[in-house]
Amino acid sequence: MRDRVLILCGLGLFLAVVTWPAWRTLASAPAPPPELARPVGSTRCVAPVEFMRASHMTLLVQWRDRVVRDGVRTYVDRDGREVRMSLTGTCIGACHTDKTKFCDRCHDYAKVTPTCWNCHVVPPAGPPAGGVR
Amino acid sequence: MNPGRRVFLRMAGSAAVATAAGAALGCVASEARRRRLGMAIDVQKCVADNGCRACIDACHRAHNVPAIPDVRHEVKWIWKEPFERAFAVEDRDTVTASLRGQPVPVFCNHCDNPPCVRVCPTQATWARDDGVVTIDEHRCIGCRYCVAACPYGSRSFNWVDPRPFVPAPLSAYPTRTRGVVEKCNLCEERLAVGQLPACVEACPERAMVFGDLRDPASNVRRVLAEQYSLRRKPELGTRPQLYYVI
Amino acid sequence: MFMFEKALHGGRGYWAWMTALLAVACAGAWSYGVQLQIGLGVTGLSRDITWGLYIAQFTFLVGVAASAVMVVLPYYLHDYKLFGRVTILGEFLAISAVVMCGLFIVIDMGQPSRALNVLRYPTPWSMMFWDMVALGGYLVLNVIITRVTLEAERNGVAPPGWIRPVIVLSIPWAISIHTVTAFLYNGLPGRSFWLTAMLVPRFLASAFAAGPALLILLCLALRRRWPLRIPRAAIGSVAVIVAYATAAHVFFLLLEMFTAFYSQIPEHVQHFRYLYAGLEGHAALVPWMWTSAGLVTVALVLLLVPATRARDATLAAACAAVFISLWIDKGLGLIVGGFVPSPLGAVADYVPTVREVAITAGVWAIGAAMVTGFFKITAGVRASDR
Repeated sequence: MRDRVLILCGLGLFLAVVTWPAWRTLASAPAPPPELARPVGSTRCVAPVEFMRASHMTLLVQWRDRVVRDGVRTYVDRDGREVRMSLTGTCIGACHTDKTKFCDRCHDYAKVTPTCWNCHVVPPAGPPAGGVR
Repeated sequence: MNPGRRVFLRMAGSAAVATAAGAALGCVASEARRRRLGMAIDVQKCVADNGCRACIDACHRAHNVPAIPDVRHEVKWIWKEPFERAFAVEDRDTVTASLRGQPVPVFCNHCDNPPCVRVCPTQATWARDDGVVTIDEHRCIGCRYCVAACPYGSRSFNWVDPRPFVPAPLSAYPTRTRGVVEKCNLCEERLAVGQLPACVEACPERAMVFGDLRDPASNVRRVLAEQYSLRRKPELGTRPQLYYVI
Repeated sequence: MFMFEKALHGGRGYWAWMTALLAVACAGAWSYGVQLQIGLGVTGLSRDITWGLYIAQFTFLVGVAASAVMVVLPYYLHDYKLFGRVTILGEFLAISAVVMCGLFIVIDMGQPSRALNVLRYPTPWSMMFWDMVALGGYLVLNVIITRVTLEAERNGVAPPGWIRPVIVLSIPWAISIHTVTAFLYNGLPGRSFWLTAMLVPRFLASAFAAGPALLILLCLALRRRWPLRIPRAAIGSVAVIVAYATAAHVFFLLLEMFTAFYSQIPEHVQHFRYLYAGLEGHAALVPWMWTSAGLVTVALVLLLVPATRARDATLAAACAAVFISLWIDKGLGLIVGGFVPSPLGAVADYVPTVREVAITAGVWAIGAAMVTGFFKITAGVRASDR
């Protein structure tokens, strides 16, 4: 095989390129885990923290479909509290009042860009507006 | 017949009757509960001079509707058309003087038989039980089939990102993103908290009367009982729920 | 499996053509990138005219895709042996056209990342849902048919028996794809220009004229360069089909005009007036529509007169004229004409932008590359025929 050298070089180059993200990450310093600001308006979330950490999008999509498609705006959480299902009104407005110090921290770390903010208008960071009844 | 079988048949029979009666009662009850929302709009009261935009400004402010200068990309939920345009009247000269050129607020008619709902391929737009034709902006794929289907030109498409054209958006209501269709939603978010639609509340002449068209005692039904009204393009079978008192 | 390697052997002319198409496709892709960033505002569309060049191409190309039935039906249902070598070319043209349709649909969407919502939330009362089903099914049918029949041809055997019912199924399916596309338009109560049952026969007639016309042009251009082994008589028969279909199309168009202008109902008249004479000073489409009318008239004469239909040069001219005329009429004329005047009587103009044209050209380039490649593969298979 006359082309053996060429082929092996090509393969090596390909492997190097394809694994570049992996060894670049290994080579650089680890990013610090995100520091999240504590919520202001409430000490207990509408759902358990472990669930929210893993699946808050599931809850938000459920809320979204209940409000938009079913016209139901009230959610009864595990403590029996009636909560208005609203991202900007309750999640942000009542508790996580500064999106940049909470939501964005993990999103930036994980490099996800949720499209919610294209439409949902974040109220200016300040005291909680009280979306929890 | 085996006595056990007889008992069973008797129980099955009475269960069937009870279910049917219950279903019938349930139907009647939900019919009674179901509202049919609509409006009566007094065309003559709409202020012709000084370019009143109270309803338009209230609606567009409440819903973060963008103000796009390029008329091709205009987004509007409610606006005013001259009477002749709104009701496709050809000969202006013979129109009653009081109606000639009279501005008429036009917006989504929330039809009882909406063609826009019929054509939407993803059910991103649908008619609620109370008659409000609404849009799920998360599901809309922006195909604009509904825009083609609407016989009234009520729907607008976001040709560009609307955010730069909403200088100070309210957080109480989202904006939309580029690539989706929007229109008047009969202020369903205000109705949900017991408020009137923004346009109805804002009109300085109280030209718009909003209510339940199924309730014979409602304000809107009383207006329609006393005064003659027109609907836009009734021959198309869309059954629009905006009644224009002329 | 798909004998793609046969498309990789070609002369300088072949590769120059494919490279040029690739360049156009890349330019189109670049422009589409801009459109994804900014939105459909980069087109010439507006609040009143919400469908334009992209949907026009889609509508026209569904017709081209359906036209394969004009060569498939005579051969498979009536044993018209002359079309034996032509059917697969019609089917390859259909595949390319359907792919282009799909591209134009996605390009026209405001939120293409949500395209799969049509499948996630099936909506049987929406014609757009059925259009997706019909076109998807037609694509699958033709991919299977071409693969099986071409492979059989390469192996020098008859295709397996089970392919015959699949091919026969593709015949009513072809009619259905264009019927359902017409249904998109002619069930809308607010658009009087489209609100006619005649839209379905008009679509079919223009499809059966434009599609086979393109097939003839491709066969005439390529049969001497590549060993496609298409008898001249087969092209002659397809030309007869194009002649009749063109005649039907012109007849149907005149029927529409009669209804509009004899009834004199403004809602019907206004759209034709806008297209052929201009309304309220807006006359952007008038020269296009008259060009289309002129081309189809010339084409009809050339096609109906046997002497001109028999000569390659005049036949090619006629087919090109039919194709361009119908592209204008069914594309711009039908779509834009439906939107002007608007439901509120407003008259606007629609002028496609440079980016819009670039994107459109890019998709056509992809389609042309597909057709070229498919025909090359067929020629490669037939090169070894005796």
